[in-house]
Amino acid sequence: MSATAAAVTGNGASGKGAISIRNVTKIYDPGGADVLALDDCSLEIASGEVCMIVGPSGCGKTTLLNAIAGFHSITEGQIDLDGEMLCGPGKELATQGADRVVVFQNGALFPWKTLAENVAYGPIVQGVMNKAEARDKAEAMLAEAGLGGVADKYPGEVSSGMARRAEIVRALINDPKVLLLDEPYRAMDALTKSIMHESLLEVYDRTKVTIFFITHDLEEAIFLGDRVVVMTTRPARTKKIVDVKIDRPRDYRLLSSEEFRVLVQETKEAVHEEAVKAFEAGERELA
Amino acid sequence: MAQSSKNKKDGKLKSLFTDLTIRRGVFSIVIFLVLWEVGFRFHDWFGIMVPFIGKIDAPSLVVARWSEVVFKPGYWESWYLSFGRVFFGFMVAQLVGIPFGLLMAVNKYFRGMFFPPFEILRPIPPLAWVPASIIFWPTTELSIMFVTFLGAFYTIVINVLGGARSIDIQYLRAAQSMGATQWDLFRKIILPGTLPSIFIGAAVGMGITWEVVLAAEMISGGGQQSGGGLGFFIWSSYMGGVMDQVIVGMISIGLAGYISSSLIRYVGYLSMPWKRMF
Repeated sequence: MSATAAAVTGNGASGKGAISIRNVTKIYDPGGADVLALDDCSLEIASGEVCMIVGPSGCGKTTLLNAIAGFHSITEGQIDLDGEMLCGPGKELATQGADRVVVFQNGALFPWKTLAENVAYGPIVQGVMNKAEARDKAEAMLAEAGLGGVADKYPGEVSSGMARRAEIVRALINDPKVLLLDEPYRAMDALTKSIMHESLLEVYDRTKVTIFFITHDLEEAIFLGDRVVVMTTRPARTKKIVDVKIDRPRDYRLLSSEEFRVLVQETKEAVHEEAVKAFEAGERELA
Repeated sequence: MAQSSKNKKDGKLKSLFTDLTIRRGVFSIVIFLVLWEVGFRFHDWFGIMVPFIGKIDAPSLVVARWSEVVFKPGYWESWYLSFGRVFFGFMVAQLVGIPFGLLMAVNKYFRGMFFPPFEILRPIPPLAWVPASIIFWPTTELSIMFVTFLGAFYTIVINVLGGARSIDIQYLRAAQSMGATQWDLFRKIILPGTLPSIFIGAAVGMGITWEVVLAAEMISGGGQQSGGGLGFFIWSSYMGGVMDQVIVGMISIGLAGYISSSLIRYVGYLSMPWKRMF
């Protein structure tokens, strides 16, 4: 089993954070409501890839993320990380771990901790650093992300953009193999978003961490991603994969280039088709 | 930073006298006192009997009585005794209620066992427990404290349970995905996440505690074994026909309740620094 897994994962050997999703099916409430969220879904994500997942609302994107993170079990199939099984036959629920840190849709910085305390949290609970070390590292990393001035503020005291940046720092301090981002910049205005994008790309260029990024924003998907995976409406399968062969580092000037607009258009057509189907089916959003 | 917060504080002090809201508050209290005084003095307005305030001793008489009463040790003893009962009952309710509520929140077996009996006991008014508790407990003092405890207990448990159960699951997931153990989750997520509800429960519970202690003091006629307390102070003043002293007792309770809830707010302010930004 592991031999085939390694063969399929392929380039996972070269780095870390290669995810292999094979024939994953997820049925919510089998025997009851019996909702098929993921249907025989397969996807190979290379280590260090920025993989963007787009698709109609409620199609099962978050279900996939939850399965990788270990928040939800899968019904069939297997997910590997660097050739090791996260979940699969005999182990429906992946063990949660700091090698796959999640950044959530609505932001999940702990409101009762300052930004620095939030960032220091992971290393402290894992026992890899003592409080003082974690604190120093957290402050250094926040400063690096341009948040040195607000390290001692509470999440409620800073802008949503700053909070979201701090949340990414909080994920990175754990030195994860994979960052799992679930629409982290949803509900942000376009200008803040573009600042967020540049800061995320800057982080990526530095760390080359594998990024699994769910979004509804197609421009965001093309701007950030190496590949954009378009999912079908529920049950989710991979419908189309758009390769974004645009050199890094990228900056906002890319947004007005012809190359960029062609890719956005190509993605939009695929997504629109599915969105229409989802709309006509009257799918309730699972989010 | 420190400078700006100091300025804010000075500003707050100054605004005590200039702030429109405070002036309105003072103004309305003054109007009320004047109406009350006038109502009492004239007994009737234009031939119509003044309801309520026409029958109650005027503020000037109450103040006069109060200035006598403050020199009597019995009055302060009443304060001391009521405060002691409230404090004791309230603290025991916190000490028992917070862990009990948290356990119900985090463990479904525990919740399954204890929530139904809790919900059956909860609607029973604390005062309905007075006769039973007089039988249960060896002294009147203990039975008053027990009833006081009950008054705060249910509110505290319900708030803790609700608060802990409504913590955003994303916080728990985020913590778990960063490697938190169950104990870390409890100590660093559930506990601080429940703190605001704990203080809401405390504030409401404190109010109920005062209501209950007063009534329990009146009913148990705390005169024999245990000293009076403010409830007994009112009751005995009423029995003695000293109406202005009844009012003194009532206002004293208002003040005592205000002091108690201010203390709770202050402790809440100290223990939840992330809630201070407003």
